[in-house]
Amino acid sequence: MEGRGCNDMLVCHHGVHPSLVPQAMGRLGKGGGTGPYPLGELLFCSAMCTHINPCSPDANTLWHGVVRRKAACNTHGQDSSYFLGWQEYEKNPYDPKTNPSGIIQMGLAENQLSFDLIETWLELHPDALGLRRDGTLVFRELALFQDYHGLPEFKKALADFMGELRGNKVKFDSSKLVLTAGSTSANETLMFCLAEPGEAFLLPTPYYPGFDRDLKWRTGAEIVPIHCSSSNGFRITKSALEKAYQQARKQNLRVKGVLVTNPSNPLGTTLNRSELDTLIDFVVAKGIHLIGDEIYSGTNFADSPSSGGFISVLEAMQGRQNVSDRIHVVYSLSKDLGLPGFRVGAIYSNNEAVVAAATKMSSFGLVSSQTQYLLAALLSDKEFTRKYVSENRRRIKERHGRLVEGLRRIGIDCLKSDSGLFCWVDMRHLLSSNSFRGEMELWKKIVYEVGLNISPGSSCHCDEPGWFRVCFANMSAATLDLALRRVEDFVVSGGHSSGDDDNGRSGRRRYRIKKPSFARWMLSLSSSSDRRSERGC
Amino acid sequence: MGEQNNSQLLSRVATNDGHGENCSYFDGWKAYDRDPFHSTRNPNGVIQMGLAENQLCLDLIQEWIKNNPQASICTDDGVAYFKEIANFQDYHGLPSFRKAIAKFMEKARGSRAKFDPNRVVMSGGATGAQETIAFCLANPGEAFLIPTPYYPGFDRDFRWRTGVQLLPIHCDSSNKFKVTLDALEAAYQNAQKNNITVKGVLATNPSNPLGTTMDRDTLTTLVSFVNRKNIHLVCDEIFSGTVFDKPGFVSVAEIVEDDPCCNRDLVHIVYSLSKDLGVPGFRVGIIYSFNDAVVACARRMSSFGLISTQTQHLLASMLGDDEFTTKFLAESRRRLSERRRIFTAGLKRVGIRCLESNAGLFCWMDLRPLLKAKTVEAELELWRVIINDVKLNISPGTSFHCSEPGWFRVCFANMDDKTTEMALTRIRTFVFRANAAAQEKKKRWNMALRLSLPRRFEDMSIMSPHLMSPQSPLVHAAT
Repeated sequence: MEGRGCNDMLVCHHGVHPSLVPQAMGRLGKGGGTGPYPLGELLFCSAMCTHINPCSPDANTLWHGVVRRKAACNTHGQDSSYFLGWQEYEKNPYDPKTNPSGIIQMGLAENQLSFDLIETWLELHPDALGLRRDGTLVFRELALFQDYHGLPEFKKALADFMGELRGNKVKFDSSKLVLTAGSTSANETLMFCLAEPGEAFLLPTPYYPGFDRDLKWRTGAEIVPIHCSSSNGFRITKSALEKAYQQARKQNLRVKGVLVTNPSNPLGTTLNRSELDTLIDFVVAKGIHLIGDEIYSGTNFADSPSSGGFISVLEAMQGRQNVSDRIHVVYSLSKDLGLPGFRVGAIYSNNEAVVAAATKMSSFGLVSSQTQYLLAALLSDKEFTRKYVSENRRRIKERHGRLVEGLRRIGIDCLKSDSGLFCWVDMRHLLSSNSFRGEMELWKKIVYEVGLNISPGSSCHCDEPGWFRVCFANMSAATLDLALRRVEDFVVSGGHSSGDDDNGRSGRRRYRIKKPSFARWMLSLSSSSDRRSERGC
Repeated sequence: MGEQNNSQLLSRVATNDGHGENCSYFDGWKAYDRDPFHSTRNPNGVIQMGLAENQLCLDLIQEWIKNNPQASICTDDGVAYFKEIANFQDYHGLPSFRKAIAKFMEKARGSRAKFDPNRVVMSGGATGAQETIAFCLANPGEAFLIPTPYYPGFDRDFRWRTGVQLLPIHCDSSNKFKVTLDALEAAYQNAQKNNITVKGVLATNPSNPLGTTMDRDTLTTLVSFVNRKNIHLVCDEIFSGTVFDKPGFVSVAEIVEDDPCCNRDLVHIVYSLSKDLGVPGFRVGIIYSFNDAVVACARRMSSFGLISTQTQHLLASMLGDDEFTTKFLAESRRRLSERRRIFTAGLKRVGIRCLESNAGLFCWMDLRPLLKAKTVEAELELWRVIINDVKLNISPGTSFHCSEPGWFRVCFANMDDKTTEMALTRIRTFVFRANAAAQEKKKRWNMALRLSLPRRFEDMSIMSPHLMSPQSPLVHAAT
């Protein structure tokens, strides 16, 4: 088996007997599953994409072991290129002063637009932050607090905040909220609660590559895609749902539920009322679950629901009978508040048994009490949250518009969207061939020649080649403008249609690769003398 | 169609008892939660002695935090770091944090072992670390051997969602519960007989619940054993900083460093700051492996339980303060030693012995003399009396899978001096009453004997008093 093969290579490399390396590690390289792309690649890619440090000694050895074997045993010769974008960025990260010709990171869906609002709040509230309540140090209480029910004041504040993000059309009961270490952990925990190993969840494509790890890796669950296409704006249809269900049955997989990300990653769109009704009808008819990953709920900048606003699955299920027990929401503060480092995730469910089981499982990834305390204070300040939510939306809308307009001027369209920290960009007309090979070729040019790390649609399991996810909220406006200028140069000069050497490098202007400097920005975080962000913000 | 009930809608893992919360270990906690002791508000409540927390040195940490405002991203001095810290989600963790952890682990081992920051992997507390290491090293159905008695949480952490089994290596009081080669072999053979693949050994050193450290010989035996069988050794060294007395702590890292023939790829350490520093709320778990592939895999899995960067940042600063950590470890040990001395002396005065121990936040108390019978039922009966009548939550040995009934784990580091004294008073009262009751029963029994007709002789064996066994020092004292 391919995975085993990778393992053998890996373990020979390290002198560990293959029998000692369990399936869990083998699954790192396990192929098969959900599409034409070896799962291991995507697992690895998604893991690498979000957390790569390719030059660290341990990751390096393992990584090269897997990559060498993968390159030999896969049908796609360019599969290893998935890693290239990230690797190239890490080797040569753009910085407006020290490295203006470096690669701009547009593959990372982070929200860096509204930190200043939080920083200002922090400066005005020394009590919350110096771990004080009414002047007395609460350190001791917090240091000892490990109750998996969570800090009550934090859960209440979080529940209220979630309600506010939904225009208070949904009221959240903090006793139905389970805190987890990020939505990564929330999604995995829900899988453990709802699916046996070998059972499946249906996911509409394209979807966030991290789900391959979060939903399947240690749980043994499977993902079966619900194929969506650009022909109808990637909307979920009843027939696509049915087809996916039948496909699962053909593979002898028992379907336990559907998981949707709403607003969508990578599309940036929200599910409309019709899609939501279709989904709910479907899960009721099949007797299965519906999980709504609403991590981007605060990034929706539509003026109203009727003009494409965000409708939560919880709102959509109101008034429906016999359904609240099977609908669950995942949330996190990593996108809306831009605090991925704090690891704050949540599961919300009306199903008591799910809440009970998930609460116990949260022991494996509780939120630091120190962080719960800080955020309880922050989110309890309703004046602040109201101001933050609206200003954050305004900035995202503005930045989104800048990217969309800028691309449109160059003749590149984006899928119409009103949420998320990215655009789903249509570059099909720039492909040399209407194939994933063509997509890879184009992608490599964009990384090496244009100097932008963007995410190819295939890494998100998209069925159609030529779509790319481009993030815009993790950089300054000036950097975004620079990125657009580079794309314009590329398109205008016909760079996309030129011949290439084997590495996709056409010999045209290339962004020179400097010595590995990724470590600098990581190390700089701990250096008191250098607080400048090296991400070009 | 109708609504499917929950047991069908949810997975087996979600609906089984694998979380372990229905066992006796947690029953005592529930009793405490219902009626918690407070020196002024609820002086008759249940005193919590079932929670191995270290509350003795939080004042030192609090002091450090007050004096180091730059370590908190929420103060004027530190808020400039806020953005970078809040944004940093790399699962390698802050380099400064990993470095500080490695340094602290070295210091807790008297610099007898070196730790490489690149091998430090984060996890959601030691709870998350144990689960992750189980996922990395074993498949569902496979097993790890574990010396008894052991921390009940392992049944959940190591087994619940992983499907891995834990098989006991039986230890008993005849040799102070030390792990022997015979016991290891017996456990291994037993697994083989039952067609269970053994993937490794899980040991806690210093031990929970015993409070003892493994001597060098035992550790060497363990390491040789796993090398011979080509299986893993996971050492949970969560209490390594709580060793307050001779013979001192030997870490498995020292054995690995000293023995070039040892296969380092088999050795892994789990650590946490929850006990040594007393900060369980901050969720700082660490996996340290000598195996590159395990480090890499565990690091990817750490995505499911990363440590908040706010916390990493604070602790990187604190643990990087050499002067502070030296002072802290020394003072913590001193206070633990003192507290243990007071507690065991108090118990001794009423004839209750504890296993000789030199580490941990608890004593392994020998209440076998108070058992009605050498059975689990008798132990649990005694335990219920202690919770409901004496109002102390202590943990019965059976919940730790101890094969000998009558042992109880009693925690002493999670309370102040006054509460310690209160707990000892209650124990003294209980023992005296039990003693008096036994004497009373004996007197009545003797009288009954004199008055009874010969045919009641057959009943005597059933009616013999078992409250005090002949070995009890109290019996000796009374006669």
